[in-house]
Amino acid sequence: MFGYQGKILRIDLSAGKSKVEQLDEKLAREYVGGRGLATKYFFDEVPATVDALSPENKLIMATGPLSGTPTPTGGRYMVVTKSPLTDTIASSNSGGYWGAELKFAGYDMIIVEGKSDKPVYVAIEDDRVEIKDAAHLWGKVVSEATDILEKESPEKSRILAIGPAGEKLSRIASVMNDKSRAAGRSGVGAVMGSKNLKAIVVRGHKTVPIADEAALKETVKESTKKIRENGVTGEGLPTYGTAVLVNIINENGVFPTNNFQLSQFSLAENISGESLAEKYLVRKDPCYRCPIGCGRYTKTDKVEGGGPEYETIWAFGGDCGVSDLEAVIEANFWCNEMGLDTISAGATIAMAMELYQKGFIKDEDLDGVPLEFGNAEAIVAWTKRMGLREGLGDMMAEGSYRLGDQYGMSALSMSVKKQEMPAYDPRAIQGQGLQYATSNRGGCHVRGYLISPEILGLPEKLDRFALDGKATWTKIFQDLTAFIDSSGLCLFTSFAMGADDYATMVEAATGMKWDAAEVLKAGNRIWNLERLFNLAAGVDPSQDTLPPRLLNDPIAEGPSAGHVTRLAEMLPEYYDLRGWSPEGIPTAATLRELGIEG
Amino acid sequence: MKIKVRLFATLREHRGKEVLVDVEESATPLDVLLVLQIASGDVAILLINGRDGALDAPLVPGDVLSVFPPVGGG
Repeated sequence: MFGYQGKILRIDLSAGKSKVEQLDEKLAREYVGGRGLATKYFFDEVPATVDALSPENKLIMATGPLSGTPTPTGGRYMVVTKSPLTDTIASSNSGGYWGAELKFAGYDMIIVEGKSDKPVYVAIEDDRVEIKDAAHLWGKVVSEATDILEKESPEKSRILAIGPAGEKLSRIASVMNDKSRAAGRSGVGAVMGSKNLKAIVVRGHKTVPIADEAALKETVKESTKKIRENGVTGEGLPTYGTAVLVNIINENGVFPTNNFQLSQFSLAENISGESLAEKYLVRKDPCYRCPIGCGRYTKTDKVEGGGPEYETIWAFGGDCGVSDLEAVIEANFWCNEMGLDTISAGATIAMAMELYQKGFIKDEDLDGVPLEFGNAEAIVAWTKRMGLREGLGDMMAEGSYRLGDQYGMSALSMSVKKQEMPAYDPRAIQGQGLQYATSNRGGCHVRGYLISPEILGLPEKLDRFALDGKATWTKIFQDLTAFIDSSGLCLFTSFAMGADDYATMVEAATGMKWDAAEVLKAGNRIWNLERLFNLAAGVDPSQDTLPPRLLNDPIAEGPSAGHVTRLAEMLPEYYDLRGWSPEGIPTAATLRELGIEG
Repeated sequence: MKIKVRLFATLREHRGKEVLVDVEESATPLDVLLVLQIASGDVAILLINGRDGALDAPLVPGDVLSVFPPVGGG
């Protein structure tokens, strides 16, 4: 095979054994790699009703055919499993260098099964795979565990690890790699923790076989040029990182504030990308072969490290009413150390703040750190407590929905399918609202980034208040994203590239025939398979919805005042475009057309 | 009339975060950009009072412009 290494590493932690299997070439053509191919393997091997934190759940780390190749941003990998947060399929994407290194070691994916009876880590150097004792690593924060592993591993090893949050089965725990890169969402870190697996260390010396070297070189040159010449990927992201969005989203009046009670934050400038660049930015911190380099390395008097990203600044900043950027950077630091998803962690603190504001959480629950909107000390202290499950932090580690449930107030959780929505108020961005409601992993912006056309005007400007065409845009964005997530490239390339560019690149690498239509069809196939898994897991179409606040309570103030998400007017058209029944179930004809066996 | 202009990202260089621009009644955002020496091609997002605005829309006293170069993220 070309583009692929053609090998799967299967690790059985219950038996303490590993073996190498051949990658199924036919499935690779149908499901590409990464998110798609791992989902197909998972779907075929694991019953959808499995308890996510039981040994019967599996955990897949999957690269794509472009991971480890010279393509721009070709270093991504996906973590695929059943989510303990949403009960849906989870597929969390991460950058850095670990994904490419796994490919260099000779594997397209790792499938982790069972559960070790004591803490272990997996050490991989090409064909040598060892399951090693991790007693000395258990309980350590991510940077500390990484430093220890670096010392006891071959030089230039790349390290993926969970922090205390994953060990303690927090449903919002992330899988971290290269210290500050996160497969953040849906609690994938808890699945790793449930298997007593602390880390996976990888070192590889192989190259990725390429079908057409000359064609790949040409397409790399062309796509890199497009990325460099595009205003967003060539200038905006490299200069300010993702945090540049703070002011854009806030000026539009769709920057959720105080747990979505407001939609504009009067102090947004203090936490903006411009402020971050001016005061705290040390340097850019790019991933493997990335010409964009949106990653930030920042420093305050107290901490230094990777991030924070826009979504993180929003979650701990605006959503908690906090305008102290140093505190936000510190909360981000502790999320990386504890191995917590920054979006869910910040949004869960915001939820706790509203529960406190409304009198459900009492002063005696707070151990001296009031959960008041705007309290900078609280976002740092409660992040640590969540990571360690201390006091009320124990309940918060379950995420905002389950926290709310304790008080009969889960309706205040700003989540979809129990996963916290990120940083865009969908009441005045209608397509994004439809996307949030239909995302296969619950509240998420990177299953289809409708912000791009509805706010940023890319590839063209849409009226964000209008409903016309939004179902079509949502479907296309979801399908294209599913392909990109499966290819091994970063979603940010799509600001500058289209379906035909991805087809050209994957074809050059793999030798398989691809065109734009086939790219979107593969994305559609992946989307439908994820849907089938969710339905079988009991996540029924009634969960394709938004919190009541977003459907019923119009935005009160600012430029977006007066609007709610008009979901009921968009959802039937979306189901129809997807080839699903009016009840939201994929029809037999649709599955047949996509080549999905029922 | 005076129009408040809020500038972001690279457009702040040599101009500041917020400026008041004096233009004639019925002037447009294009006129305002001309005063600020910002080429319209460098503007990716233009908001008038937080809503998408057109470069040739007549402005009225009290309008606030927000002007962004090409930026994005997520």
